[in-house]
Amino acid sequence: MKHFLTILGHEIRMLLVTASTYVAAVLFLALMGAIFTGLLESYTTTAQETPPSAVFFQLFWVPVFFMVPLLTMRCFAEERRLGTLETLFAAPVSATEVVLGKFGAAYLLYLSLWGATGGFFWILRHYASDPRLLDPGPLVGGYVFIALSGLLFVALGVWMSSLTRNQGVAALLTFVLVVLVVWGPAVALDNFAVLRLDSMRPLREALDYAQVFRHLDDFTRGVADMRALLFHLSGASLALIFTVFSLEAKRLHT
Amino acid sequence: MPAQPDNSAVPAIEVRDLVKTYGGITAVSRVNFAVARGEIVGFLGPNGAGKSTTMRILTGCMPATSGYAAVCGLSVAAQSEEVKRRIGYMPENNPLPEDMRVSEYLHYRGRLKEISRKKLGPRLDEVLERCDLKRVRHRIIGTLSKGYRQRVGIAECILAEPPVIIMDEPTIGLDPRQILIVRDLIASLRGRMAVVISSHILPEIEMTCDRVLIINQGRIVAQGTPDQLRRDLLGGARYELELAGPDAGLATLLAGIEPTLKISAAHAPGDDGFRRLTLTTTSTTELGEPLWRALTAGGGRRLRGLTRIRPSLEEVFLAATGQNWDAERKAS
Repeated sequence: MKHFLTILGHEIRMLLVTASTYVAAVLFLALMGAIFTGLLESYTTTAQETPPSAVFFQLFWVPVFFMVPLLTMRCFAEERRLGTLETLFAAPVSATEVVLGKFGAAYLLYLSLWGATGGFFWILRHYASDPRLLDPGPLVGGYVFIALSGLLFVALGVWMSSLTRNQGVAALLTFVLVVLVVWGPAVALDNFAVLRLDSMRPLREALDYAQVFRHLDDFTRGVADMRALLFHLSGASLALIFTVFSLEAKRLHT
Repeated sequence: MPAQPDNSAVPAIEVRDLVKTYGGITAVSRVNFAVARGEIVGFLGPNGAGKSTTMRILTGCMPATSGYAAVCGLSVAAQSEEVKRRIGYMPENNPLPEDMRVSEYLHYRGRLKEISRKKLGPRLDEVLERCDLKRVRHRIIGTLSKGYRQRVGIAECILAEPPVIIMDEPTIGLDPRQILIVRDLIASLRGRMAVVISSHILPEIEMTCDRVLIINQGRIVAQGTPDQLRRDLLGGARYELELAGPDAGLATLLAGIEPTLKISAAHAPGDDGFRRLTLTTTSTTELGEPLWRALTAGGGRRLRGLTRIRPSLEEVFLAATGQNWDAERKAS
């Protein structure tokens, strides 16, 4: 793993000189700012039971759906389009180092963009006189959830990027997969009557276990469920292993 | 497995019975060759002959179906990482990242090739100087001309001073001046690094390479120095002369010099009475002097030009690939 830091540093630099990173950052912060402003306005007109941070993180999926594809679509698709992947693998580096380096860079950027939303809460704390608006429990829980779920979402984006040489296709595949992961289990449980049969109990339980919104609720309530931790970590690891397989398969069969 | 120490007696590249098949098609079929240390070898062959596949197998980018390939005595299949440390590779079309600066890119590649930070700075300066890239070191690669891009690719290849350099079509798409620069750059590596280059520009291969390998339909059909190949594949010799005077007795005169010497082409005489004749023979003996003496010894003939024609590498190449094709056709 001695090239991991070299590749990570290079990938961070490349992300910082790429227009799509800034498009994703501006869109993300503008959208999150608008959401936060709307939330605060609703709190000024009507009394609410939950703190603003809990509601804010409930909407995590809105930026994730476009930000993750924009951050990860270039990872391998661009290298495959230009043919530079062959030059990269002609150096003494392993596919695992390359995948982890690219994943690490995209994930760090994802975290730093979410980290920037901490400024919203700082402004709120600075100007609002009511300390109940800033309950630290849901705030910390929400950020832990974002960091944890981000591992899975970014890993899925990196995997999709390794399947095609077209960045647009990679972004679309990532969008579909992230939507499926976020909404899929809840939609399936609500709409498929067949899942209510007794024989379908294991599948129903598996889908219930995979509900990302339930993980978020747990974290914002201060419950650190190991099953949720395992779900996101194992999902991310699997996606990265599939990325390594995808790169190796292309090397072997082209 | 620990890497064996490099031994200068071991060839830089050794390939034995190499086979690569894709989906039932044999791209490389029992290829055998070796490249000595410091030797520059040209890899010739028509499109789809198996040049790029062989090169990619040697660099560890692609596994072989069977056979043995070694770089500096290290098996490409078993010690791929060690082999990659000993190879500088420029793939076909020289893919480069579009949005990096030249020095940034070379610095990144240097780190990947495990050059220490301390050595990398001076080495980068040296390579930039050598490839005449100093003026463009801060330019974005995507904005560079083709010639500069090729030089960036070559700079990357030689950066870690590997004992083996493999370049797939390094001069494709370059103008004659740029070809000259790249050719000089490659020639300057002679003796220090073993270089394998593939190209379609045959005069360039002839001028740069010590030895030529001709591959066709996945097989090595000829190998040797250009002169050896001329002798082996074309045999004989051709002479071109400008002669004035009577034709009568000329054929007998030529047969007296060498029985196989014949007129193969004759142009119409010009206003001054001289005409151009092409003579061919299967003999490899030098016949220039006997020809000159015989044709100027009287009989009303006047000779004003006599040249032994050196067959071009194109002719050698066509002969090698044509023979191979004929053999394949007969076999089938």
